[in-house]
Amino acid sequence: MEKAKKRQFGIVATLISILIFFGAITIMAIKANTTHQGTDTLERVKNAHIMTWGVKADTKLFGLMDTNDGQIKGFDVDIAKAVTKQIASDLNITIEPIFVQVTSSTRIQLLKNGNIDAFAATATATPERKKVADFSKPYFSAGQSILVPTKENIKSVKDLNKADKTILGVVGANSIINIKKFAPKAKILALNDYAQAMTALKAGQGDAITSDNGILYGMSMENKGYVVAGEPFTNEPYSIAFDKDQVPITKATNKALDEIIKNGSYNKLIKKWFSKVPGMNWRSLER
Amino acid sequence: MIDILLKYFPQLLNGFWVTIESSIIALFGSLILGTIFAVMQVSRNKITRIISETYVEIFRNIPLLVITLFFFAFVAPVAKKIGLPIDGFTAGTIGLTLYTSAFIAEVIRSGINSISSSQMEGAVSNGLSWWQAMRYIVLPQAFKISIPNLGNQFVNLVKNSSVLAFVAGLDLMYNANSIAQNTFDSLNTYFIVAIFYLIITMPISYYMKHLEQRFKGGAH
Amino acid sequence: MITIAGLFTFDNFRYLFIGLMYTLSVSMISTIFSFIIGSIFGIIVYEKIPYFSKFVSISVDIIRNLPLLLIIFFVYFALPKIGIHFSIFWSSVVAFTFFEATMISEIVRSGINAVDIGQFEGARANGMNNIQTMIFVVLPQAYKKMIPPLVSQFISLVKDTSLATGIVLPELMYRGQIIYGQNSNYMVPVFVILAIIYFLVNFGLSRLSKIIERKMA
Repeated sequence: MEKAKKRQFGIVATLISILIFFGAITIMAIKANTTHQGTDTLERVKNAHIMTWGVKADTKLFGLMDTNDGQIKGFDVDIAKAVTKQIASDLNITIEPIFVQVTSSTRIQLLKNGNIDAFAATATATPERKKVADFSKPYFSAGQSILVPTKENIKSVKDLNKADKTILGVVGANSIINIKKFAPKAKILALNDYAQAMTALKAGQGDAITSDNGILYGMSMENKGYVVAGEPFTNEPYSIAFDKDQVPITKATNKALDEIIKNGSYNKLIKKWFSKVPGMNWRSLER
Repeated sequence: MIDILLKYFPQLLNGFWVTIESSIIALFGSLILGTIFAVMQVSRNKITRIISETYVEIFRNIPLLVITLFFFAFVAPVAKKIGLPIDGFTAGTIGLTLYTSAFIAEVIRSGINSISSSQMEGAVSNGLSWWQAMRYIVLPQAFKISIPNLGNQFVNLVKNSSVLAFVAGLDLMYNANSIAQNTFDSLNTYFIVAIFYLIITMPISYYMKHLEQRFKGGAH
Repeated sequence: MITIAGLFTFDNFRYLFIGLMYTLSVSMISTIFSFIIGSIFGIIVYEKIPYFSKFVSISVDIIRNLPLLLIIFFVYFALPKIGIHFSIFWSSVVAFTFFEATMISEIVRSGINAVDIGQFEGARANGMNNIQTMIFVVLPQAYKKMIPPLVSQFISLVKDTSLATGIVLPELMYRGQIIYGQNSNYMVPVFVILAIIYFLVNFGLSRLSKIIERKMA
């Protein structure tokens, strides 16, 4: 009797757990599809008086953690602050910007998960990304370039278009997809962050690092013997990203960007971050 | 799911082989290293014992990722200077080998300890040197006893080889991340990759369970 | 040498210390949860309930045989696709909990196995039912035997939290990476410092478990 009972219990328990498992997944999946774009980011920001920004924390000039005070500092961060302030003053309320660290491989996911309201994280509005996120007007004119050892005779990306060349990049960055068009013969290797890519370059794992010129200038500042070679070969301006179909906040941000360019605070930020970078034509970045 | 599998099958298969390759190289490397350190630990020489214990404690208590990235950051640039450039795969496999060897040393040491010391004494009194007795009498038995544990270490090795993804080692996990980035379909990508991993790990781990039971049955 | 002098500042070490706190708290919370879930799984597998035990043990084996890194990425990147959202912190806790629970269920099962069968019978003769016997007689003894493997499981969890750097959990490893983001020349010394911190914590833990083991014996 005892045994038969146990057997019965076993069968029932197995069926119930399988049912709960698959049932829960199906219900959640359906729910996720129906209530996906429920909340309006601008409304949420207005009500909470807080705007959560995703920014890089490991990228010189754009977003770098200062362990001194635990603050992330860089051009992206300052733009985010200026935009938040401008949106707040346009709406006549106060909004506090909060910063969350993201990487190239996590930023879109964090946006879709609702952990952040927006990101200003050295991101270009590519057609693929536009399918899953909304983008503001460009706030920085970047272009893809290459960082190479001074002693190697690499003058431009054309010199890398050989089967024995390896180009290094960072996971999730658009530049490693783009580079295939400019150097289709070269091998491409994606590292986790720029410091690792730099180490890989020093280790001879690759012949060049490709990324946006601003990031590369930041790296050449601290590594003697490495220079940004040639002019940028793409035009990939950075934009602020929001979740898909967030028209009100995108419009508000575009307006805010126009205003900070008009009142000169944009040029002040360009000067603050890029005027001391050797080899960079920061005047051309002004608007 | 099928479309991702079809479109990226060659890439996944490449990653799959790299994972297997790295795991097998690391298995042999760590077996050799692990055995050396195990023998050093049971030897009567105090210095070799201390060296071996230090080695095992260091590599057992530091995350594999730290070991691997250290190798990548430190050894790779040095190696380049002497004309031996090593890539992410090599750095990752070396990290895996060192890390696993500490665990294998423990497994083999307990295998050696479970062989009764009278066998050793008997062999030595029959005119074999300590080293000969170890080599021909004790170690073969210790290996045999340790097979289930060693198998489990191999399963761990395959799972741990995913750290190669952090140093662009082109393994299964690295390719999984790159496909997930390209398709924005992380759910299905990681699901497929999970199956690839299970193809390697599940049969080994079940076979080891079976062996373990048989060994236990034999002891009674 | 001058190039790395800027690394050894009080701020950098304080920054790393907070990372260590993250590492330890994620490990601690995950261990507590996985201990509970692992015990339940372990008991179910031990009880050999027809079909159900098999079902649980196969599920446990599937998770156990996957790389932890894959589970972390799955929880953080893939689960939101079916509407399950966790923050970075809780994603890590969920991933570690499930992975560790499968390990702990194995430990619990063999721990119960090691308890003398006579005790089961004795307890039953004293009028306890199955569940009471399990909770009041068998488990306390099994747990005692399980302390060393549980501590070594905790140590491997402390090490494994470094994988959560892949999803930007601000633990020790990630903070190390942020610090060498200031200057890529810091990379090697940062890894040495990280290795020392991890080593001291884990070595201390393993010594502690040996002392406990000796006291209990």
